Amino acid sequence: MTQTAKDRLAGVPLPSGLEAFSGVTAHAPHLASREEKHGRKLTKSLEDAIRASGLKNGMTISFHHSFREGDKIINTVVAKLAEMGFRDLTLAPSSLLSCNAPLIEHIRSGVIRRIYTSGMRGKLADAISHGLMAEPINVHSHGGRVHLMDRGELVIDVAFLSVSTADPFGNANAVTGKSRCGSLGYAMVDADRAKTVILLAEEIVAYPNAPASIRQDQVDFVVPVEQIGDPSKISVGAARATTNPRELLIARLAADAMEHAGYFEDGFSMQTGTGGSATATARFLEQKMRRKGIRAGFALGGITGSIVDLHEKGLVGRILDTQSFDSVAAQSLAKNAEHLEISTNFYANLTAKAASVDRVDMVILSALEIDLDFNVNVITGSDGVMRGASGGHSDTAAGAGLAIVVGPLIRSRIPTVVERCTTVVTPGETVGVLVTDHGIAVNPNRPDVAERLKAAGLPVTTIEDLHRRATMLTGVPQPIEFLDRVVGLIRYRDGSVIDAVRQVKG
Amino acid sequence: MKIVREALAGTLESSDLMVRIAPKDGGLDIVLESEVIHQFGAQIEAVVRETLDRLGIDEGLVVVEDKGALDCVVRARIQTAVSRAVDEWTADWRALA
Repeated sequence: MTQTAKDRLAGVPLPSGLEAFSGVTAHAPHLASREEKHGRKLTKSLEDAIRASGLKNGMTISFHHSFREGDKIINTVVAKLAEMGFRDLTLAPSSLLSCNAPLIEHIRSGVIRRIYTSGMRGKLADAISHGLMAEPINVHSHGGRVHLMDRGELVIDVAFLSVSTADPFGNANAVTGKSRCGSLGYAMVDADRAKTVILLAEEIVAYPNAPASIRQDQVDFVVPVEQIGDPSKISVGAARATTNPRELLIARLAADAMEHAGYFEDGFSMQTGTGGSATATARFLEQKMRRKGIRAGFALGGITGSIVDLHEKGLVGRILDTQSFDSVAAQSLAKNAEHLEISTNFYANLTAKAASVDRVDMVILSALEIDLDFNVNVITGSDGVMRGASGGHSDTAAGAGLAIVVGPLIRSRIPTVVERCTTVVTPGETVGVLVTDHGIAVNPNRPDVAERLKAAGLPVTTIEDLHRRATMLTGVPQPIEFLDRVVGLIRYRDGSVIDAVRQVKG
Repeated sequence: MKIVREALAGTLESSDLMVRIAPKDGGLDIVLESEVIHQFGAQIEAVVRETLDRLGIDEGLVVVEDKGALDCVVRARIQTAVSRAVDEWTADWRALA
């Protein structure tokens, strides 16, 4: 005769809120069958997963943008949500690019009401700059996005995270399988914090999948999909290799500045970022490191093939990778044990228990505009239209020992050095050095660096002088006309509002 | 000098411009398209007019497609297009510098 819990507990007064045990499957019906136990997260279709997620009108959805211009998930999922009749959603991907132009119709029809993003380009950015949305978008940095989650402003209800392989429990990565983007640094944050996590997996593999960039204890549903993205398009746009002689000249000067700024010692650390000059700088560093007989302790951030090359030559110890910017970087993450995948929380969040940007000695950064106070704009073009991304710019500038901004003095007829930035993303007090093809300017708040660069014979001048030269070549641009209406709020990494983007006239 | 035939100069590369010139009676007709028209449209048009004036061109259709060229490039492309569109090229190079 079986004794039940009820029998055993006869006469035991149960504290309020506690119940008697009533069977192993009472609260775990999925354990009743092997099929259900192993396969309960596997969902046949995206639509089923969306229904099961409990998504409602007005909620917040998120995505990662590691495939950059090759992404095939954001547009597809939003189109499906539109088809299913959802409205008033907040779209909060880690960033948006030119490939997201199809979202315009879903903003117009009311499927998407608000946007949080690191940046935007192309037709979508153009439409929003011209007043497409009723509410201004919020532009955050990579670290700032996680901070907005920490402070409870950005609460992700459902995250749609694309992965190249996942097992039926949701252990997933993007270094194995077919369409590999490498690091899932952005997605790791959403996997950790979203209320519901849906994985869109190109290939379902046997349990347990490894490495588990996203883990089974974070994932609610796994949906098989045809293709998540085109890895060959990751390095289109922001990240590209250069043969342009002017960019190479800037890269060489930037490497010279890195050599002499006071941080070039054995075990130094760096982030070289993307953009033609930034990527090429890494190549010029090799000979300098060999000559001095030193190696870097680690390299951080968006990782390119040129950093991997230094690592494989033994000149960079460890790589901390939050976004693999090309297929070489993605492959290296898969095969090199010292190439580590890190989340954007680990990378750059001010309110993380520790952020790697605080450990980096020197960072190379790009700029659309830099002004006489060294403030940097990486979001709006000189025509006032959004065409870039905040990315890790302000995070690394604030954390690094020295932030070096590199760029041509003029781009066609558009000056890079301006009196006042159209939009400020990174405050000038965190920018140490500007390297252009017409010389180097050092922020007056870094007299130590100015002295060292001059002593090394580098062409150091003032930012006012660079501004004069730029104006002499291009003429004085007529100011852009803006309307009063705000179309974008630029959020600093601490959540504060550092600038506003206004609607472009016409 | 008088524009007697259609002529082209320049390219559509970044930092360059394409100039098309054609005969037309009764004054100058300048059509300007530029990637930087909001910031520099007025200045580019002024440079185009001044260059044509120095060359003594007061009749013709001039179509400029600008890709962000500096003033010196605008002048050079206009001069070259004109030199190809006239019968006798008699410009004083020193006066144009």
